[in-house]
Amino acid sequence: MVAKFRGPGMYRAFLFAAYGVALSYAIIAIFRTWYSLDPVLDGRAVLELALFLSPLGFLVGLGVFSYWFYWATGKKTLPEDHSGHGAHSWRDYFRVNTDHKVIGIQYVVTSFFFFFVGGLFAMLMRAELAQPGQQFVDPNTYNGLFSVHASVLIFLFIIPIFAGLANYVLPLMIGAPDMAFPRLNALSFWMLPVAGVLMLMSFFAPGGSFASGWTAYAPLSVTAPEGQVFFTIGVQFAGASSIATALNFLVTIITMRAPGMSFFRMPLLVWANFSTSLLVVIATPFIAVSQFMVLFDRSLGFNFFDPTGRGDVLMYQHIFWFYSHPAVYIMMLPGFGIVSEILAVKSRKPIFGYRMMAFSLLAIVVLGFTVWAHHMFVSGMQDWIRIPMMITTAIIAVPTGIKIFSWLATMWRGVLHLDTPMLFALGFITMFTLGGISGVMLAIIPFDIYVSDTYFIVAHIHYVLYGGSVFTIFAGVYYWFPKMTGRMYDERLGKLHFWTTFITFNATFGPMHLIGTQGMPRRVVDYAQQWAGWNLAITLMSFLLGLSALVFAYNMIASWRGGPRADANPWRALTLEWQVSSPPPIFNFDAVPTVVGGPYEYGVPGAVHGVLKGAEVPTPAGATAHGSGAGAHASARDEE
Amino acid sequence: MNEDSRRQERTPVLQMLVVGAVASALGIAAGLAINWFPEGAATQARPMDRVYDVLIWSSVPVFVLVSVIVLFSVWRYRIRPGEEGLDGPPVHGNTRLEVIWTAIPAIVLVALCSYAWVVLNDIEAAKPNEMRVNVTGQQFAWTYEYPQPGGDPVRSNELYLPEGQPVRFFVRALDVIHDFWVPAFRMKVDAVPGIVTKYRVTPNRRGTFPVVCAELCGLGHAVMRSTARVVSPAEFDAWLAERRAPAQGQAGGGDGEAAAAEPDGKTLFAEGNGAATACGACHKLADAGTTSTTGPDLDETLAGKDEDYIRTAIVAPDEQITPGFQAGIMPKNYDDTLSSDELDALVAYLGRVAGK
Repeated sequence: MVAKFRGPGMYRAFLFAAYGVALSYAIIAIFRTWYSLDPVLDGRAVLELALFLSPLGFLVGLGVFSYWFYWATGKKTLPEDHSGHGAHSWRDYFRVNTDHKVIGIQYVVTSFFFFFVGGLFAMLMRAELAQPGQQFVDPNTYNGLFSVHASVLIFLFIIPIFAGLANYVLPLMIGAPDMAFPRLNALSFWMLPVAGVLMLMSFFAPGGSFASGWTAYAPLSVTAPEGQVFFTIGVQFAGASSIATALNFLVTIITMRAPGMSFFRMPLLVWANFSTSLLVVIATPFIAVSQFMVLFDRSLGFNFFDPTGRGDVLMYQHIFWFYSHPAVYIMMLPGFGIVSEILAVKSRKPIFGYRMMAFSLLAIVVLGFTVWAHHMFVSGMQDWIRIPMMITTAIIAVPTGIKIFSWLATMWRGVLHLDTPMLFALGFITMFTLGGISGVMLAIIPFDIYVSDTYFIVAHIHYVLYGGSVFTIFAGVYYWFPKMTGRMYDERLGKLHFWTTFITFNATFGPMHLIGTQGMPRRVVDYAQQWAGWNLAITLMSFLLGLSALVFAYNMIASWRGGPRADANPWRALTLEWQVSSPPPIFNFDAVPTVVGGPYEYGVPGAVHGVLKGAEVPTPAGATAHGSGAGAHASARDEE
Repeated sequence: MNEDSRRQERTPVLQMLVVGAVASALGIAAGLAINWFPEGAATQARPMDRVYDVLIWSSVPVFVLVSVIVLFSVWRYRIRPGEEGLDGPPVHGNTRLEVIWTAIPAIVLVALCSYAWVVLNDIEAAKPNEMRVNVTGQQFAWTYEYPQPGGDPVRSNELYLPEGQPVRFFVRALDVIHDFWVPAFRMKVDAVPGIVTKYRVTPNRRGTFPVVCAELCGLGHAVMRSTARVVSPAEFDAWLAERRAPAQGQAGGGDGEAAAAEPDGKTLFAEGNGAATACGACHKLADAGTTSTTGPDLDETLAGKDEDYIRTAIVAPDEQITPGFQAGIMPKNYDDTLSSDELDALVAYLGRVAGK
């Protein structure tokens, strides 16, 4: 038993988390005694410190830092014989593992856990909104529900699940044996459950959970009860996880492509994650800093956002949206990549306008940093900035339009396989078009002034994030399910899932446009009698939407346990991840593959994307992985 | 069916054009027919509603275009029995097409933005003889102030505006961010602590219209509503004159030494003390002339109650909740924000007048 607490693992993790709490008490007691503050043990101070130290203790106990600690202190590091790679039972997923395929599954399953938690909160909100007045929850709980709903689904579902899917398939797609920094990869994953648990634990905080929205506008967030710091600090862990993963992807993509895999031979999913990672690395520090400033205002009496102390309230919104608008693209570009993969394979045609597809991603990255203040048209900021922000916001629809038209042209005259991944991809194209259109409407300042902070915004964001991002997530999970689990999902249940989701999604969020323009504000626990009918209908539809997700859950769990065995390449796809067994061998490729053509050459007679047999590769695997193979030169030429 | 028969199939462009045109026409007709907005009550409403019509005209065909291509592709090009090994034609792109679908959306979007700019300048333009109204948001009520030349401003918990008179709102917040919105006027702006935000409207229809807080401001955000009344200029002047008389009389008394030494319950109730939110911002009380319905009507709920009950209701509001109202909305900090003298005065005042 003692041994369990001494070695890395869950037991030691919880023990060290408790140490973190104890250490917080000690530090606060020492400092407050030193400054002669009364009381010596201040509950708030201890809590806020413990929210940092306890998760850190958990991570240390779990062993994610062990290698670095040993190396830094000159101790003998654990031998890297890769014996920990792969997972042999479900228990292995609860351990620190550096195998990108194990981490990918850890990410996806964890994210779906939070998807169902966040969805459950949405059901509770809709139950409350079924009728005007107050029925199930009080205003504080309601404000907490929508705040945690948004935070969990953004920071613990959409952003990380894309990272998880890419974690699994991206190294395979570029012919690499793993990510560039496997230990950093493990750390990135384990920070996520920490962030999620912090956010959910906020409901047990005195005064209830954080209730100032996922936007946490100051000064509301500065004066809110203690639950707020669970968000403030939880976001730090989620953000650090994002940044570390993005760096990992960037280095992996730049240095670990197989010989012959030039930038313009990369599958578009790789391009999409390259672009997303650029966004994450540049933007995420801004939300981290915005929340630190809230924390300093709250706990240390700083005046960043306190107007009576010469602070500036609007500054919070500028810093927050400088991250949170690019975050919309962080939540969208990987989905663009997934849909590009699926549409080419399922239409049996090359991607139409491949280079423009890649360039439009980069255009969105650049333009994405120039539009943030369109969230602030009614915030009271200086008037002149509105017009340039309107124009950039409208113009960002151009590269997005290029992508949609190119997808349509890719399908045109193809041989369409209308199975579940393809249905979700097509559902995405139509629903995301609607979300994009309402996005352009919101760029138009006179309209935005009227509908800001109404249900029209709620409708728009759900068309973009549910009809957009979540549909691509479903598409991607179905598409790579055979590769990740080695089994096939149930196609009939998949189609049932698509149609129930597609219909109830529209029935839930479509009417919100109307009640928004009619004047119903968002984030309200109670509303005027005139919207009672629509809200009841929306609530009933949202329950069906919730049930449709259960079809998905059942299909995934049952198929993973007992679905028919999947072939290596059930979709007849050309990209490299389908050229190895399902699931792939522990080190992905027996020999580093050589890439000799584009990734989507469907219909081109005799076209080959990658050659798997090691015969043509002159240099040993270790050397090519570091970019000294012949292909790396080819790719360097291409980039010039 | 094999590759050759697929190649011979004619592209259904004409059918798609017809279906697309019909669907666009139906979509636009439906979009224009739906009653999207509450009836406008300011000159700003018509140009802003027209923007939405233009947006319907320009966006329905875009959605129809995408949907028609998706649906026709699914219909014409879906896999048929015997085609399991078949691939589509290896088309990699078409530069002319790609230029077109980059350029046309860009032109349309720039045109929309230019139009929006013109409308924005129109609805925000300064008007001669604007009347100034100071709007103050606090958790969870709005108060209005009408500056009077050479006198104290007239204060009110209800927004009165004369029809046809251009108004400029100067919006402030005392605690957190709120958003001052009268949907019938269409315009809105955040009330931001530390700065004054502004906008203009010219009411052009008499009636009562809801005032809504549109920015999440805490527990009572959903009930931070009141009423705007647009009345004839003559009615407005009469209302203003009526409000001016007692307000000035009170201000004279409030400035006196005696009043400063001994807090006046009625003033505390109607105006607060700077730190404590005015009770009258949310509660109706005939004696103080307040009419807000955010919180319970004190003439009803306090009638016949003793001072202990009233004191508890102020410092610990959640202990006794009036049916139909929610716990946790009334601030719980009156014990801190009112001095004990002020609390005594307020309790005495309420015990004397409520329900009488």
